[in-house]
Amino acid sequence: MSNSLPREDAAHVAQLAKLHFSDQQLDVLTGQLASILDLVETLNEVDTEGVEPTYTVSNNVNVLREDLAVKSGQKAALLANAPETQDGQIKVPAIIDEES
Amino acid sequence: MTDFFQEDLVSLHKKLVNKEITAVDLAKAALDKAEHAQKDVNAYITLDRQGALKRAAEIDAAGIDADNIFSGIPLAVKDNIVTKGLRTTAASHILDNFVPIYDAAVMEKLNKLGLVVIGKTNMDEFAMGGSTETSFFGKTANAWDHTKVPGGSSGGSAAAVASGLIPFALGSDTGGSIRQPAAFNGIVGLKPTYGRVSRWGLIAFGSSLDQIGPLTRTVKDNARVLSVIAGKDPRDTTSEDSPVPDFLANIEGGVKGLRVGVPKEYFAKGIDDDVKATIKKAIAKFEELGAVVDEVSLPHSRYGIAAYYILASSEASSNLQRFDGIRYGYSARQEGQTLEDLYVKTRSEGFGPEVKRRIMLGTFALSAGFYDAYFKKAAQVRTLIVSDFTKVFQDHDLILGPTTTSTAFDLGSEDDDPVKMYMNDLLTIPVNLAGLPGMSINAGFANHLPVGLQIIGRPFDESTIYRAAYAFEQATKLYEQHPEVSF
Amino acid sequence: MSSFETTIGLEVHIELKTKSKAFSPSPVNFGDPANENTNVIDWGYPGVLPSANKAALEGGMMAALALNAQISRDVHWDRKNYVYPDNPKSYQVTQQQTPIGHDGYVEIQMPDGQTKRIGIKELHVEEDAGKNSHSGKGYSLVDLNRQGTPLVEIVSQPDITSPEEAYLYLEKLRQLIQFTGISDVKMQEGSMRVDINISVRPIGAAKFGTKVEIKNVNSFQYARNTLIYEEERQREELMAGHTIGQETRRFDEPTKSTILMRVKEGADDYRYFPEPDLPPIHVSDAWIDEVRSRLPEAAATRVHRYMTEFGLSDKDAAVLTQTLEMANFFDQTVANGADPKRAANYLIGDVNAYLNETQLDLQNTKLTAVNLAELIKLIDDGTISTKQAKKVFTAITEGKDPKAYVTENGLVQLSDPSKLTPMISQILDNNQQSVDDFKGGKDRAIGYLTGQVMKSTHGNANPKVVHELLLAELSKR
Ligand SMILES: [Mg+2]
Ligand SMILES: [Zn+2]
Repeated sequence: MSNSLPREDAAHVAQLAKLHFSDQQLDVLTGQLASILDLVETLNEVDTEGVEPTYTVSNNVNVLREDLAVKSGQKAALLANAPETQDGQIKVPAIIDEES
Repeated sequence: MTDFFQEDLVSLHKKLVNKEITAVDLAKAALDKAEHAQKDVNAYITLDRQGALKRAAEIDAAGIDADNIFSGIPLAVKDNIVTKGLRTTAASHILDNFVPIYDAAVMEKLNKLGLVVIGKTNMDEFAMGGSTETSFFGKTANAWDHTKVPGGSSGGSAAAVASGLIPFALGSDTGGSIRQPAAFNGIVGLKPTYGRVSRWGLIAFGSSLDQIGPLTRTVKDNARVLSVIAGKDPRDTTSEDSPVPDFLANIEGGVKGLRVGVPKEYFAKGIDDDVKATIKKAIAKFEELGAVVDEVSLPHSRYGIAAYYILASSEASSNLQRFDGIRYGYSARQEGQTLEDLYVKTRSEGFGPEVKRRIMLGTFALSAGFYDAYFKKAAQVRTLIVSDFTKVFQDHDLILGPTTTSTAFDLGSEDDDPVKMYMNDLLTIPVNLAGLPGMSINAGFANHLPVGLQIIGRPFDESTIYRAAYAFEQATKLYEQHPEVSF
Repeated sequence: MSSFETTIGLEVHIELKTKSKAFSPSPVNFGDPANENTNVIDWGYPGVLPSANKAALEGGMMAALALNAQISRDVHWDRKNYVYPDNPKSYQVTQQQTPIGHDGYVEIQMPDGQTKRIGIKELHVEEDAGKNSHSGKGYSLVDLNRQGTPLVEIVSQPDITSPEEAYLYLEKLRQLIQFTGISDVKMQEGSMRVDINISVRPIGAAKFGTKVEIKNVNSFQYARNTLIYEEERQREELMAGHTIGQETRRFDEPTKSTILMRVKEGADDYRYFPEPDLPPIHVSDAWIDEVRSRLPEAAATRVHRYMTEFGLSDKDAAVLTQTLEMANFFDQTVANGADPKRAANYLIGDVNAYLNETQLDLQNTKLTAVNLAELIKLIDDGTISTKQAKKVFTAITEGKDPKAYVTENGLVQLSDPSKLTPMISQILDNNQQSVDDFKGGKDRAIGYLTGQVMKSTHGNANPKVVHELLLAELSKR
């Protein structure tokens, strides 16, 4: 793996992350990310062949909630925090492409 | 006015019960000190004078509960812990207008005990940083030297306690964010075992690493606070059903016979000689007190930073994607803009540079084609770090070492070098990766700045940490030293 | 034409009928006012955490069992990251790496009577998104009531090779799932949603053709029509030497064609990773057995039982098991004492006709198994005639009690000889010609005379009793 993040890749990642950077910002950022990735590269010194990854250190297993419904009564407060609402719904700029 | 440097929870409680002071007096004292200190220290993002005085008056009216040591005591809360009705920003522009409609689990518990929230403390934006310099609300200063950083990300909480503004504060620790500022400010900060304290209402940074914990002047006060915020919460299914012991029961038991491991990696190149010398002296004190000390090895700990920055940033990139200007918080709305414009504008204006860097890093590490090389690799290294600790704890009760690689550095000295900044967390991060409890307590001073001793325990064995810390604190009485303040 | 082969894959989302959401305790309820059933979790507030609903996971286990799938023993949740207004956390919690079920199959009955096995690649439990509605005026509105509703997503193997097979697969899938009781499986209410992909390739080609996706098809009929159109379109494109683009299309009802929605540029990048907020799940044998023991009787078992226990034809048994409601209604009617064959006839005939006419689902009518059983008993014990039964049936569709209705409307069949005999005598007096015909050996005359009696009683006389009394009176003449 290469430890420098090409500019186009950085632009693609920015798009995924819904962030915009000016050309100048992107220059600085790619430089910083490159040095961070240099640091990350040190992981390759570690032999992890056959090592199970650890995604959580919690010992919990099968912590499941019983199927009981609770009405929050928070509708009005939730809507009040939203920047724009209409008819009890959250208003957003037009959604064009329907995803599911 | 009450001098918080001279008090602990027990003495304050006694004065309240004896009616020497009232909850309102304490709240006023904490508010006045905070306001006076804002210019120099900037410990708070939001002060709630009206709410705090109202609450304190209610508690006075109801009468101080003689059996409840927390009745009428003021506290400060890190601004990534949500407080119903009180603005909670995570030190970010993207939440600078956000008033939560629910309380964090820890706040429910503390409110029920009759504590009085004075305000919300400054921090690195979304807890991402080690100096409280990435806050949207300006930098906080170190309690001992206002030209130095207070550490971070719980810098506001640490500086407030160490400056005598408040009896105690809550912080959160993802990679060292309680212990490192506690070290830089010479106070007691504990990161509990992962799963010990409910994360419900803690604005997530790295979900598999985050824990809320107390910052206090004394060890016993720390234990007292942990005992009331700990415990399983059905709303946080990663919180564990481990019994919450009375952390004070055996706190005076001493360290005689305790087996203490000192990792040789914690005294390697890159750690200040002054820090090493101070910590070695502290460890010698433990031996003097009867602990059995030997050198151990945590061979993978030096990979902790690399693994951490991948794992925490990946989780953060996902956790912070919800800030989109649609349901709450800052929204960069404009006539005629597209949905994509709204997202990008809100987030680009709302997040600061460090947060954006980590979102970028995390998004990259999870993206197609890079997941195995970065995210999975880091998670595998995490396994090795966990097993390093497990091995040491087979025949040791505690691990001792420095909390930080140096004492507090100059404000502004590391803002533009993220890697240098990240290296500050070298010694605290492995503890988060392994989910272990860890404390920092003042071990002495180097160049007039506090040096933190880190005490790491077995999972859910905070009791032994407190016992060791208390023995050291009583032997050194370092907590009696405090910065000269004018508030 | 025959030089091409078609490969169809179906992804079916089934909404589970749980009381609360998959990862939050908000109620699951279709049709409530917007955002009524939401809380801070559903809105993705800062600091909130999910907690997994046991019933949702078990719904996935039930579906897995019904589809003959293996159940994964070590399951963890994953985050699927994408930003969308109906997706408040900007990630969906799903089971990408460890689906609760995998390697199952569904058997469909082909028109030629053969059985074909369609493989199920996997099924996983996940959360639904909210609902966007589009104003057409530059903004959209978001209702998060549906956000977090538990779903089971069922992914077929590429075993389906024609639009007809796709149709049969969907029908079968709906039946199998419905009989587990985990979902209403209704396309029109969105509790069953179908995404299709279809590719065409020359017979013998090593690689599958380029997949075209068709999203949110809203009925089985549409699915079939869409596929018929799309199969033909792709064949023609290929024959004309064109390539098929990787794109998403939608079916357009008016033109009976598919319309391009968007061209896919590369794969989506969902940045899946294990959900750190939810502990993993270990599924034991005992847990699977316990869930299996709660599964209602499957359709196939019921068909067998109806044929062997009640002597119903395979055709009738199949009609009764088309929906779970119908099968349950039948079982309850029989349990309430109705003759099984008569109950079957009623459900297949009058009840189905009524449902077709009113466009109602059985559970939304006022019909009850108790009332239908009562009606059938009234016929069987001779209290009412089959003709009167028609009126009583109408009454029970209005929720009326059959016995009370019969009494109130004097519908009781006239069987009393002391009332019928004087009437018969008079009719015989007035129809001497028919009496003579009968005496002369013309049996048909008795039919005419019976008709006269029925007419004068407005159809309320018991025909059997009338017949006997007529014979007796005629013999006296
Ligand atoms: Mg899915
Ligand atoms: Zn899905």
